[in-house]
Amino acid sequence: MIEIKDLHKSYKTGKSELHVLKGINFSVKEGELVAIMGSSGSGKSTLLNILGILDEADSGTYVLDGVPIKNLNETLASQYRNKFLGFVFQSFNLINYKSALDNVALPLYYQGIKSKERNEIAMSYLKKVGLETHSHHLPNELSGGQKQRVAIARAMASHPKVLLADEPTGALDTKTSYEVMELIQGINDEGKTILIVTHEPDIAAMCKRNVILRDGLIVEDKYITQQRVTANV
Amino acid sequence: MFNRDRWNEILEALSAKPLRTFITAFGVFWGITILVILLAASKGLENGVKKGFGGMSTNSMFVWANSTSKPYKGLPQGRFFNYKNGDVDAIKREFKDLLYVSPRNQLGGFRGSNNVIRGTKTGAYNVYGDYPEFIMQQPMKILKGRFLNYEDISQRRKIAVIGEGIIREMYKPEEEVLGSYVKINGVNFMVVGVYKSISNMGGDAEESQKQIFTPFTSFQQAFNYGDVVGWMAITAKEGVPITDLKPKIFDLLKSRHTIDPKDDRAIGNFDLYAEYSKINGLFVILTVVSFVVGGLVLFSGVIGIINIMLIVVKERTKEIGIRRALGATPWDIRLQILTESVVLSLIAGMAGIIFSTGIIAIANSILDGIPDSSQVMFANPSISLGIVVAALTILVVAGLIAGFIPAQTAIKTKPIDALRTE
Repeated sequence: MIEIKDLHKSYKTGKSELHVLKGINFSVKEGELVAIMGSSGSGKSTLLNILGILDEADSGTYVLDGVPIKNLNETLASQYRNKFLGFVFQSFNLINYKSALDNVALPLYYQGIKSKERNEIAMSYLKKVGLETHSHHLPNELSGGQKQRVAIARAMASHPKVLLADEPTGALDTKTSYEVMELIQGINDEGKTILIVTHEPDIAAMCKRNVILRDGLIVEDKYITQQRVTANV
Repeated sequence: MFNRDRWNEILEALSAKPLRTFITAFGVFWGITILVILLAASKGLENGVKKGFGGMSTNSMFVWANSTSKPYKGLPQGRFFNYKNGDVDAIKREFKDLLYVSPRNQLGGFRGSNNVIRGTKTGAYNVYGDYPEFIMQQPMKILKGRFLNYEDISQRRKIAVIGEGIIREMYKPEEEVLGSYVKINGVNFMVVGVYKSISNMGGDAEESQKQIFTPFTSFQQAFNYGDVVGWMAITAKEGVPITDLKPKIFDLLKSRHTIDPKDDRAIGNFDLYAEYSKINGLFVILTVVSFVVGGLVLFSGVIGIINIMLIVVKERTKEIGIRRALGATPWDIRLQILTESVVLSLIAGMAGIIFSTGIIAIANSILDGIPDSSQVMFANPSISLGIVVAALTILVVAGLIAGFIPAQTAIKTKPIDALRTE
C-alpha cells in the first residue's frame, strides 16, 4: 500500500538547515495498523505529512497504492488526498460552524457528490462511530471524544485507502483515548490500513506494528501482539 | 458553479459572523446608495430644466430680420427689410431636411397697449398669426375646441385660439367660450379653441397663458400685413442639426434680400438646438461626475470588503487548511472566496439599490405634492434600467476585485502551514 525508499527532508530556518528525515525506508501492507513513535523532533510528524501529501520530500520515492507521488501540482495533490487519504488530527480540526453531519460530508462535497446522497453516506459513518443522535450538533456542543469520533467518521467518509492519524488521542483523557482507539481498532479489523503517530506507549501497544524514529532515522520496526482495548477497560 | 451546495457553503460562511458581515456590506450598500441617488438627482435636475422647454422641438431656430450692417450693391447700411411669404416657400423648396417652416406675425408685445376688446372688458395680449404646424414646434395643451387647421389658412377664417389666462380675465365663470367673439384691433374673431401652455421658458409663464393664435393668412389680411412675415420658426428633421443647415438658409435669405453675404448682423436668429446642446452637454458632464463620485464612494466600500475578506481568510487559514487536506483544490478555495465576496457585494448592492429607489420614490411623491411644480427646477428624479444594470455590473466586478487578493492569499499558504496555524 505504501512504499517509501530513501526519503530525505530538511527545513531551512534562516541560515542553518535542519535535516529532519535522513533516509527513511519503510513499507506498509494493506490492513496494517502501524504506530509511528518517537520523541518530539524525531521527524514523525514530518513523515506523516509527507505520507499525507501535505508536504513533499526533498529526495527519495513514495508510492501510494501503486501511484508514484512526485512533483504533484496542488490541484492533483488535493484530489489524491481526497481519494486516497483520510486525516485525523490531534486538535480534531472540525469546522466549527458546521454541524457534525456537514463536517463528515465535507470530503464528499469535494468529490462532487449530490447533497442527498452525501448526507446519507455521512449519516451512515456517524452511525458507525455511534453519534447519529448528535448529527446536528455543532462541534463546540460535543465533548473531546465525540469530536474525535466525528473527525474519524469524516476521515472515513471518502472511503480512503489509508487513514493517517496524528496524535489522535493527544488531547483526550485516558478513558476517551481508549474509546477512540477501540473505534480505530474496529475500523482496522474491517481491513483499513491505518497509520498513527503517537508518543504514548499504551496507544502504540494497541497497534499491530511499532515503528520508532530517532533523529530522522527508523531505529526500530517490529510487529507486536495487539492489545485489544476491550480487555483493558 | 452555482449549485445549492455552494450557496449553502457561502450562506453558512457569511452568517457565521452576522454583525461583521452586515457592517462590511454596509460600506457597499452606502456606496451604491450614493451612486444611485446622485445619478437620480442629476437626472431629476435634467428633467426639471428640460421640462422648461415644454416639449418644444429642440432642433429648431427662430429667424427674424434686423437692419443691414453693410452697404451692398448700392444699397445703404442700416436698411430695414422684411421677410415675405415667398421666402418661406423658397426655404421649403431648397431644404428638404427641414420638417417645419412656420412664418409668424405678432401684434402687441412687451408693454403693448390694449388691443383686444370683449364686451366691456379690454386687455393687452400678444396676438399671433400662425400656421397649424406651429403646435408641433411648441406643444400646448388644447383644453377646449381645436387648434388652427389648413382650412382656416386657405379660407382666411377669422378665428382665434386663446389662452386660458385670457378666459380668466375676459369671461365670467361658466360662460361659454367656444363660439364667442373677441375684437382684435377692431376686427372680430370667433374663438374656436382654448389652450394651456406647458412651456415656462424665458420666465414669462404668466404671459404665455395669455396669447391669441389666429390663422396666418387671416392675420395678414385683417391687419394689413400684405405678404410680410415677421419671423420664422424653422425645425429640421431628426438627425440633421439645424445648426448645420443655418448658414445655407441664411445665404439663401441674404441673396433674396440683396444683403452682403458677409453681413452677419442682418439676420437675427435664436438657435434653440445650440442652446439645448449646451444644456445637454452640461448634463452629460453632471452624469459623468455622479458616476465618478458615486463610484469612488463605492470603491471605499469595496476596500472595506477587501479588508474584511483578508481578515476572514486570515482567520480561516486553518479551516482552509482542513478543507485542503480533505481534498479541496485551490480552485475550490478561490471560487468560494470569490463567490463569497461577489455575493456579499451583490446583496449589499441590491439592498442599496432598493433603499435608494425608495428614497427616490419618496422624493417623487413630495415633488408631486408641490402645487405649482413648474416653478421647481427639479422633476421626476429617476434611474433607468440601464443604469441599474451598470451598477450591478460594477458590483460584480467590485466583488471579484475584492475577492481576488484575499483568494490569492488563501491559496498561497501551503496546506501544511495552514493546518499548523492556531
